[in-house]
Amino acid sequence: MTSLFFRELKIAWRSGGGALTGVMFFLAVVTVFPFGIGPDLNTLARIGPAVLWIAALLASLLGLDRLFQLEREDGSLDVLLMQEWPMTLVVGIKCLAHWVVTGLPLVLATPIFGLMLNVPPIGIAAAMLTLLAGTPAITLIGAAGAAVTVSLPRGGLLIAILVLPLVIPVLIFGVTATNGAMFDPDPFTAPFMILCALTLFSAVAGPLAAATMLRHSAD
Amino acid sequence: MSDALTEEKRSQGFWAWLTGLANPTRFMALTDAIMPFIASITVLALAAGLYMAFTAPEDYQQGETVLIMFIHVPAAWLAMMCYSVMSLSALGTLVWRHPLADVSLRAAAPIGAAFTLLALVTGSLWGKPMWGTWWVWDARLTSVLVLLIIYLGIITLGRALEEPTQAAKALAVTTLIGFVNIPIIKFSVDWWNTLHQPASVSRFDRPAMDAAFLYPLLIMALAYMLMFFTLHLMNMRNEILRRRIRTLKIRAAEAG
Repeated sequence: MTSLFFRELKIAWRSGGGALTGVMFFLAVVTVFPFGIGPDLNTLARIGPAVLWIAALLASLLGLDRLFQLEREDGSLDVLLMQEWPMTLVVGIKCLAHWVVTGLPLVLATPIFGLMLNVPPIGIAAAMLTLLAGTPAITLIGAAGAAVTVSLPRGGLLIAILVLPLVIPVLIFGVTATNGAMFDPDPFTAPFMILCALTLFSAVAGPLAAATMLRHSAD
Repeated sequence: MSDALTEEKRSQGFWAWLTGLANPTRFMALTDAIMPFIASITVLALAAGLYMAFTAPEDYQQGETVLIMFIHVPAAWLAMMCYSVMSLSALGTLVWRHPLADVSLRAAAPIGAAFTLLALVTGSLWGKPMWGTWWVWDARLTSVLVLLIIYLGIITLGRALEEPTQAAKALAVTTLIGFVNIPIIKFSVDWWNTLHQPASVSRFDRPAMDAAFLYPLLIMALAYMLMFFTLHLMNMRNEILRRRIRTLKIRAAEAG
């Protein structure tokens, strides 16, 4: 299992900056917002957490179609299916590796983009924490979408359409928790706990659904 | 030997009947027979429901706009029922591998999307005079909008996948995942403080609605349900014919 994890990391690293592309897209989306809304710093600080979350959400949807597609094309997916490991676990490991390559860089890049949006330090810290807890859920739910569209040559856009409605709760509670840390009367702990619960739930349901689909698509 | 086996299978009642329908020819023959019947009941129920709705008294607060309710509420119910039918079909595909389950899922998706759109549009038309706005981002409205997006996603996915058995499984898995939204829609008015009013018909004690409105509403709901089944069966027949044409085309291509 560990070897599978490191294999995934190596492949992602060698195939040329999947992580960097995600962060660049993150930067691009964040940059577009002030142009649309106007450079007023107070407004930006108010909506900053939401912008960070939406940008991170879109950036994590980007690379999802790569999750199983290359493996399917070169046949290594069938090899993985024939292992004695349960497929759900294999999918889980693949999601973890995918998140380390695409999700974690977004979390690490958040402080810089938060400063650009004039988000106060406490808000940046909260955004990092909620993104750290919430972006795995996006990858895990996205895995099911990626598995369903695995046989499509251009499934990327379709994955986004299928996955977006399902990750709306993650976005809601992520932004609510971040705002809760920044603005006093709103609570932080309760929405943050629900966010963690969503991630834990999708850690079970996502790989399970994806593994079911992959097993079916093989026969 | 094999005759005895089939006899045994036939004697197992409903399940055997359902398995027997796996034969598309038998399904076509059956629906051929009941189609005129169910279609004419639908028309009668719809006519009766509409007549009762239009002769219902005006609401003392809402005036004539209460008429929208008779279109809006059953559409919203059917939007959810249709998704439930699709989820059952998805189970049929994944668990029992019933060949008609996939046909049923595919055939129901556009109908469900149409009912959802109807509920959203009529709700919006009703919201303008009642709430003073076409749209609010409250939990009920938003979750129904999400349902529409899920419907559209399923339809798009079904069109994108070409290989039939794989498409069937992909659609089934997607439909089952999307089912989490149905309880959210149902209970959204209880869980959150919404502008949308809570349920006033399906309550444990007696409905919070006067009989003058309740009966036309129930008749309309029945008519909608019959309409759904009629359209669903018609669409299933179309889907079967479409598949036959596809097979014929493939055979012709192979021969030619």
